[in-house]
Amino acid sequence: MTVLLVALGAAVGAPLRYLVDRAVQARHDAVFPWGTLTVNVVGSLILGLLTGAALAGAVPGSVTALLGTGLCGALTTYSTFGYETVKLVETGSFGQAFANVAVSVAAGLAAATAGYALTA
Amino acid sequence: MRRQWDVLAVISAGGVLGALARYAVSQVLPPSPTGFPWGIFGVNVTGCLLIGVLMALVTDVWPGRRLLRPFLGTGVLGGYTTFSTYTVDIVRLADAGAVAVAAVYLVSTLLVALPAVYGGMVVTRWLVRR
Repeated sequence: MTVLLVALGAAVGAPLRYLVDRAVQARHDAVFPWGTLTVNVVGSLILGLLTGAALAGAVPGSVTALLGTGLCGALTTYSTFGYETVKLVETGSFGQAFANVAVSVAAGLAAATAGYALTA
Repeated sequence: MRRQWDVLAVISAGGVLGALARYAVSQVLPPSPTGFPWGIFGVNVTGCLLIGVLMALVTDVWPGRRLLRPFLGTGVLGGYTTFSTYTVDIVRLADAGAVAVAAVYLVSTLLVALPAVYGGMVVTRWLVRR
């Protein structure tokens, strides 16, 4: 049952990441990976809310499997974040590569902290 | 935005496969309240290594295969690796008092996963062009 909920969440989360990335990148001419940054920060906020609520006993394990492990896990990505950062380094955009890492980690942690603090 | 249903379908299918692989790892190596999250650390590092390999193959060996990168890159590896579990685990560890573990986890994932992308790309390119 848990496996099915994880699969269902991921079946929605992964294409949602693609669509958000396309929509966000279409608004920016710059090479900076705003799309991946957006999904990673939004996913961190949602998972923070869920994890806090789960620790407080307000959310059952099935919801965590569906929306946390499945949806947020597939909506966010470390591999694309890593690839886009390395690509910026390879093209000589060292400042943008550093900014991508710093902003992704800082904004992701801020979003996760805010979500967690609201519900825990 | 042009609707590409086949691209969305292979991303969704790949995302399910990747997420189930991540779920399997987290069952074998479950996170503890104050311990280093080895399971997700391993997932993100191996996923980064594999995207480096994949992107080198997609550009150098199999160019022009429209659904390959969406399926394996955006789908499987995107669903396998996770940024939200990384950030929330850091917050969860710090909240549980394991601030040093949280800090080491934050930095070590970056220091291992990002070079893993580059290593996967460079080694694959070298093997392909030999």
